[in-house]
Amino acid sequence: MSLTNFLLMRHELLLIIAALLVLMAEIFHDPAKKRSINLFSAGLFVVVTIIGFLPLQSGSLFGGMYQVTDTRLMMKNILNIGALLVSIQSVTWLNKEENSEKISEYYILLMSTLVGMDFMISAGHFLMFYIGLELATIPIAALAAYDRYSNKSAEAGIKLILISALSSGILLYGLSMIYGTTGTFYFNEIAKLFVNDNLQILGFIFFFAGMAFKISIVPFHLWTADVYEGAPVNITSYLSVISKGAAVFIFIIVLFTVFPVIIATWKKIIYVSAVLTMTIGNLFAIRQQNLKRFLAFSSISQAGYILLGFIGGNQLGMASVIYYILVYIFSNLAAFGVVAAISNARGKETIDEYNGLYRTNPALSLIMLLALFSLGGIPPLAGFFGKFFLFTAAAQQGYYILVLIAVLNTIISLYYYLLVVKAMFINKSDTPIERFNSDFPTRFALGICVAGIVITGFASIIFEVIKNISFGI
Amino acid sequence: MDILSLFVIIPILTITGIILVRDIRKVRLVAAAGMGLQLILSAVLIYLYVSARQGGDTAEMLFVKDIVWFKSLNIHYTAGVDGISVSMIALTSLVVFAGIFASWEVDFLTKEFFVSLILLASGVFGFFISLDLFTMFLFYELAVIPMYLLIGIWGSGPKEYSAMKLTLMLMGASALLLLGILGIYFNSAPDGGQLSFNILEISKEKIPMSAQYLFFPLTFVGFGVLGALFPFHTWSPDGHSSAPTAVSMLHAGVLMKLGGYGAFRVAIYLMPEAAHELSWIFIILTSISIIYGAFGAIAQKDLKYINAYSSVSHCGLVLFAILMMNETAMNGAIIQMISHGLMTALFFALIGMLYSRTHTRMINEMGGLMKVIPFLSVCYVLAGLASLGLPGLSGFVAEMTIFVGAFQHPDLFHRIVTIISVTSIVITAVYILRVIAILLLGPTINEHYEHFTDARWYEKISAVTLISFVAIIGLAPYWLFSMIGSSLQPIINKILAFNLF
Repeated sequence: MSLTNFLLMRHELLLIIAALLVLMAEIFHDPAKKRSINLFSAGLFVVVTIIGFLPLQSGSLFGGMYQVTDTRLMMKNILNIGALLVSIQSVTWLNKEENSEKISEYYILLMSTLVGMDFMISAGHFLMFYIGLELATIPIAALAAYDRYSNKSAEAGIKLILISALSSGILLYGLSMIYGTTGTFYFNEIAKLFVNDNLQILGFIFFFAGMAFKISIVPFHLWTADVYEGAPVNITSYLSVISKGAAVFIFIIVLFTVFPVIIATWKKIIYVSAVLTMTIGNLFAIRQQNLKRFLAFSSISQAGYILLGFIGGNQLGMASVIYYILVYIFSNLAAFGVVAAISNARGKETIDEYNGLYRTNPALSLIMLLALFSLGGIPPLAGFFGKFFLFTAAAQQGYYILVLIAVLNTIISLYYYLLVVKAMFINKSDTPIERFNSDFPTRFALGICVAGIVITGFASIIFEVIKNISFGI
Repeated sequence: MDILSLFVIIPILTITGIILVRDIRKVRLVAAAGMGLQLILSAVLIYLYVSARQGGDTAEMLFVKDIVWFKSLNIHYTAGVDGISVSMIALTSLVVFAGIFASWEVDFLTKEFFVSLILLASGVFGFFISLDLFTMFLFYELAVIPMYLLIGIWGSGPKEYSAMKLTLMLMGASALLLLGILGIYFNSAPDGGQLSFNILEISKEKIPMSAQYLFFPLTFVGFGVLGALFPFHTWSPDGHSSAPTAVSMLHAGVLMKLGGYGAFRVAIYLMPEAAHELSWIFIILTSISIIYGAFGAIAQKDLKYINAYSSVSHCGLVLFAILMMNETAMNGAIIQMISHGLMTALFFALIGMLYSRTHTRMINEMGGLMKVIPFLSVCYVLAGLASLGLPGLSGFVAEMTIFVGAFQHPDLFHRIVTIISVTSIVITAVYILRVIAILLLGPTINEHYEHFTDARWYEKISAVTLISFVAIIGLAPYWLFSMIGSSLQPIINKILAFNLF
């Protein structure tokens, strides 16, 4: 491999190097100062993220199995930002006594999943795609069971690994049908050989089901709430944002490049799943008391909105999906960041326990307010712009009924987001969560999230850049 | 820096100032100073506008400022005003200014209260200066969402229920509106070419009829909900009665006008053909609003509920007049918006002041207040007389113009609905005079009322500012007519161009 080849794969290679360095640090480090691994790993993450943004030309490796385009680079960079934020948010939690033994494991697993996602996004061949997918999934299951003495965490890990195995199986079954009818796994060749054959469509449907598990699209969403609730908060935020984002990214690439021939078919499937996902996610979220479950259902409904960007198969659609994921990373990580901070400091996780939070912890309440309003699509926050572009993309193709269903769903979602706002700002409580000062990493990560929520919308340059690197069918 | 953007920037600076100062007294002062500045600025704007018009500037919109925002979707930040927006801006700054003084006594989370209140105001100002549908929609939602906190935290009665109902209904309306705006956008260039969100550019094109039939009702209902269009008015009584004084003032006085203004500027101006075809449905609905609101007010015992239902009736009249689609009625609609904005703000301010003394809003628990607090009582009588349309006050000018305009239609349908709607004047007189009789006249029924103090200085500022403008419009409506009239020409020409009548 020449230097150029290494350069093309720099996201993955840098992460692998970083993971190995963390491993070395773990081995050669003074056991009494384990916590400094936090700083070391986070620093490595910062370096990787910054290098990722350096300009790079497109190209492909391994005979087209691995592809680098501007679109994919942008996706990887967005995931890097998200993963960086998650790792900074986790520092407080990792510094706790019970976790001090396994700090480096956390970072190594986190980086491996990210390597897997990067490979998956760069795939030009279904084998590469599948390897990336598995590499992304299995470490997450280990992370979900990170809190190993807690039954719930272990349960979450097992559930995640079982459901991943199942969905991978379904996905592989679909891929085998596609391979059987086309005789190739290369994306560009399949696209040429696809002829709207029934078996091929069946293969596509299995593939879709497999992806739907990862993105938690209704009716493949049932694992989401349990796993989100059981896993430690920081892992949950990683699952809901990065893992979902990566799956959305590769899914839209595959739909647009591999399956343009059967667009009429997948449009129908996406239509129905978008309606179901939004509506069911929203209706179930209303009844949740535990904030992690609450955000789990909210994230299911967000996946439904994201599908609106898929349906047109247009450039604006892809741009709005990538942009929305970026916005969603900031908003959801802000929400999870507050939940994590409170959970780590006071161990409270239900909405009722948040009553009167504004009196005792005004800053955290305000951040939560911004995050929820952004998720609900209230201007002038970034979520409003994100949703607006998604809806515009669907309306451009004439899906006005779908847009109507989506906007009505945003009203339902606003209702339950306001329930949390009401708990924090309006309700009174005899035993509010006592005042506490969060430490620097938490504040820093939340600060970046808030800046992201406020700026991403106004700064039109971000959307324009994303729009330029997106493509349609 | 152009003058229009200042209307959004000053509130934001005021909010920053409020966040920075610590003392409650200073918070109030900063808020009052900021909004006072805004009031002066709107006076300057009126002066600049009038002198520009007299200087022979006949552009449809003046002081236009256009900044490209999202290039690929052709979204701009476009600000510009005509006579109608100038008068709405002036109304808003008056009501906000009065509202600050009416909420002088908020003693609990004061800082947050003024921040939310001024945030709401900045949304309203932004809405009135926008010429771009996207920016307009953004400001619209920005004006709605602080209401939830304002009512939920500082309200009274079933405040959480009312706040949620109001927010969800208005956001539901904005959902319809969003769809309408997207529909307009994708049909804004029927002959090909660049799609646009700019109202002036779209108004030059003719949106295809099939699209108009779909998107006119969506847009009109979307704005109509905010203008308390029957049967979507139910948020208004609950919301207004639970809201704290300043919020009721701002909401009934200004925010409901967003509905009328939007319906006029977006729904009817951009899609006049469909508006003409479908207006009969909405005319019937607005007539129901007018009559139903007035009867509803008779049945209420709570002062705020009475006033909220009266707002439903009066705002119904605004939409009714807009739908008549002729010059006289539309003139009346704009004046009715301003007149209702002023007098309903005055009403709510006075109710707030009464409540802070009597601690009840039930009319049958009060009586004989004229003797103990004459200043407030006289103000109340004046507001009531304006509301029932006494000549010399603003209500008369507005309602007279509207009904004359509506009666200009020669056909039977328009005549009948006009006659039905005119009866609301009588019904209004019933509920206004009944309240005045029970509340203010007669013997003082509670001896501890004898210790009441009359209006304090900040209450006087609030009330006198509003009353003087109600009287000015009533006595000298001509300057307002001349400002609005020329701005109505583009839409009137558009209606005449396809020769509907």
